[in-house]
Amino acid sequence: MSRPTLTPASAVVTVVVPVVVAVVLACLPLLAIQVPGVLPGPTYTPGTLHVLALCWLVAALALSYHLLFGLAGLMSFGHALYFAAGAYGLAIVLQHTELPLLGAAAVVLVGGVVLAHVIGAISLRVTGISFAMVTLAFAQAGNVLVRRNPGGATGGEEGLALRTDHVPDALVGVLHTRNLYWLALAVLVGTYLVVLWVERSRAGHVAAATRENEVRVRVIGGRPYAVRLLVFVLAATLATVTGMAYLLLQSGAVPRASSADFTLTLLVMVVLGGVGSRWGAIVGAVVYTLLDQRLGELASSDAVAALPAVLRVPLSEPMFLLGTCFVLVVLFLPGGIAGLAQRLARRRAVGPTPERMAA
Amino acid sequence: MSAHDTAVDGQRPADDGPSSADDVLEVRHLSARIAGQTVVEDVSFTVPARGVTAVLGRNGVGKTSTLRAILGLVERQGEIVLGGTRIDGERTDRIVRRGIGYVPEDREVFAGLTVAENLRLAERDARVGAARRELVAGLFPDLVQRAGQRAGTLSGGQQQMVSLARALLNDNRLLLVDEPTKGLAPRLVAEVADALAEAAERVPILLVEQNLEVVDRLAERVVVIDAGRVVHTGPARDLLDDPARVQRLLGVHAETAADDPGDTITRAPAGPTTEEVTG
Amino acid sequence: MSTVVLLLVTGVGLGALYFLVASGLSLIYGLMGVLNFAHGSFLTLGAFAGWAVARAVGTTSWAGFALALLAGAIVGALVAALTELLLVRRLYERHIEQVLVTVGLSLASVALFEGIWGPDPEFITGPAWLDSTTSLLGAHVPNDRFVVIAVAAAVLGGIVLFLRRTRYGLIIRAGVENRAMVTALGIDVRKAFTVVFAVGGAAAGLGGVLASQYFGYVSPHLGGSLLIFAFIVTVIGGLGSLAGAAVASVVVAVLQQVANYYWGYGDLVVVLLLAVVLLVRPSGLMGRSAR
Repeated sequence: MSRPTLTPASAVVTVVVPVVVAVVLACLPLLAIQVPGVLPGPTYTPGTLHVLALCWLVAALALSYHLLFGLAGLMSFGHALYFAAGAYGLAIVLQHTELPLLGAAAVVLVGGVVLAHVIGAISLRVTGISFAMVTLAFAQAGNVLVRRNPGGATGGEEGLALRTDHVPDALVGVLHTRNLYWLALAVLVGTYLVVLWVERSRAGHVAAATRENEVRVRVIGGRPYAVRLLVFVLAATLATVTGMAYLLLQSGAVPRASSADFTLTLLVMVVLGGVGSRWGAIVGAVVYTLLDQRLGELASSDAVAALPAVLRVPLSEPMFLLGTCFVLVVLFLPGGIAGLAQRLARRRAVGPTPERMAA
Repeated sequence: MSAHDTAVDGQRPADDGPSSADDVLEVRHLSARIAGQTVVEDVSFTVPARGVTAVLGRNGVGKTSTLRAILGLVERQGEIVLGGTRIDGERTDRIVRRGIGYVPEDREVFAGLTVAENLRLAERDARVGAARRELVAGLFPDLVQRAGQRAGTLSGGQQQMVSLARALLNDNRLLLVDEPTKGLAPRLVAEVADALAEAAERVPILLVEQNLEVVDRLAERVVVIDAGRVVHTGPARDLLDDPARVQRLLGVHAETAADDPGDTITRAPAGPTTEEVTG
Repeated sequence: MSTVVLLLVTGVGLGALYFLVASGLSLIYGLMGVLNFAHGSFLTLGAFAGWAVARAVGTTSWAGFALALLAGAIVGALVAALTELLLVRRLYERHIEQVLVTVGLSLASVALFEGIWGPDPEFITGPAWLDSTTSLLGAHVPNDRFVVIAVAAAVLGGIVLFLRRTRYGLIIRAGVENRAMVTALGIDVRKAFTVVFAVGGAAAGLGGVLASQYFGYVSPHLGGSLLIFAFIVTVIGGLGSLAGAAVASVVVAVLQQVANYYWGYGDLVVVLLLAVVLLVRPSGLMGRSAR
């Protein structure tokens, strides 16, 4: 497998564009851009920054899932477990110890890696549907533990609030939403870089080859299990980091973060965006999060309330619209948003197409 | 071995002569892919409406894939015409209902079903099936006795009987039979050959077979495939009477074939690569 | 002793519920290779349909209960057949997309149910006898358990008869083994797909009505909460094996009840059991090797 050479066109796409985008996004809190209907207010307001920060974190999570599903072809139904481990883990450590934020985060990170390693080592002994079921099982176990609230540690159905004693002031409170925004953006950029690095590394190529044809990989001396475990642990660790940032942003962790439903929504995002595409995962996550946040407003708006029940009821349920959208995309638009974009781009330009990984 | 010989024997596109109205099947520029790999490159031949046409070739050249491509069981392109109607765009079950009986390599009987259930499943038309049951019972008396036995517990030879019986229970215009004698003891090979000979009196057969004695007994015409292409077609007699040509095309001695009817020695070894063949 | 009896009977009762959902899942996966995430919604709709009928006829009457069961089965079968015809069939042979479509359907349908009926559970009643208990070897067993077990046993018997005595049953049994060969015999398996979805949907719908009696309420999340356990049972029993699903349902449910009673974490035990089974015997207790 040869590494794709960086032509001028692909260099622009892979390096320059992301850098520019990241810089622009970093400047948003200092600007007063308004997107009526989509954003609750101008971009310097805490409300809007909060929504955007949420978008970046969910996008980071979707990127980590892309690593699992899009690159390595591992359809895990338990990815939420590691995200929840980050959020709940940090909350619990901060709650019960006097460690400063960084120390607590380090502890949780190590714990997350160990957890991922253990569960990954067990789950990857099977493949396909069995793998999906084992990951679902472990995540369900985690969900049950969280809900049962053993020893009061997880707060049960109400979730666990963030204890801010040892959290730097700069990350606490509505006034500092801007800092949390930048933290979320940093997590997204960091995740993107890690994913990019993995995709271009030798391990990444082996993982992609394993997805297509495992036997062939073994025949040429690759070790599918080891590579998959590596990707699994990396993806899970990224999710744990994202979970920790999520705790800070939301000032609390909720049981939903560990549910199978949540992993399924990640799957929806990645497929909506286009399986196998980094940008697809990000776009899918942002679109999903914005819809989720904003459709709630739309639902309780006067315009919708005036509609007859047949229209009003479905429109007032964001999940219904998203689920239907998802079904339509799977049926009629298998490449997702990224696939659509590529087809449009190909129709206009006659140049080389960017490297695309088939689902 | 020279490239020239292959060219002489080789298939020239659409040069099988004008397809006669007497052909039950015409295949033109058939290609097939499995899991992204091209296993049949460009195959064209015709099957006359009477008698047995044998498909010969070394292991792995694409004989089984050709049969499966005709049935639509693998991704394929090209023209396939059954009795004047094009079937290459149709689904497998539709193609089969037009009147094709399939006896697959490895038999593929349903292990969890009884012999009787396997046969009942294969009957496309109850009246025809009822009429054919006597014929099948006559050819395979063993099966009548084992009607209630689970097919998974049958021996290889008995499963082959079930597989053959399935195809004979229907009013078919063509039978596709894939290596029916593979792995069978000589006595059973003879029984299978008998059954096929009897069937061939009623319905044309396209037979993939590596056992040249069986081919000698049954086939009027042969189609030889190598590396996914047809390299020779013609009367069976002409080929089998020419040991040198048999050796060249199939990599096996014609005499050895006669000595060991069902033995694996006559199974052709894997052939040379395409580059070696075409020089 | 009475505790053991109670745990056993309630365990088998819960297992009966699991079986009603798992039977369909197992057949659908065995024949079509589709993991149907929307199966829970068939159950939920069956439960709501049954409740509507029961309210119309009389919630405490046996006629109401019987008609509710019928309504649940019919609605479940219809919705399942529609799902197969409109969504799953378009993605013939594309297994990952088929799973994704059922995922999308499950998410959308639960949201729709919440929109129509509200997210909160609505408590229901049934014939008085179901709420009372019967003394069995010293244990006071709630009567609804007996009914669930009886219905599940009848469904199991019915499906087995269907599989063994009808032509579609023959096609399905063969198709679970080797779908390609069935088409090579000239049989259009797609009709069998719809039949299998309908049968599974009917069983799930029945399960919905019974579950609403068992738990005492209907809610948009009724199906989803049972679906996870049904998946676990299906995989432990072996995907595609009806007998496996039946055995696993009982084993898992009894284990869950016992663990819940003595330790309180029955769900956890079940989930870990799944992980253990999958690692030791990936094809499940009675399944064929994985596709």
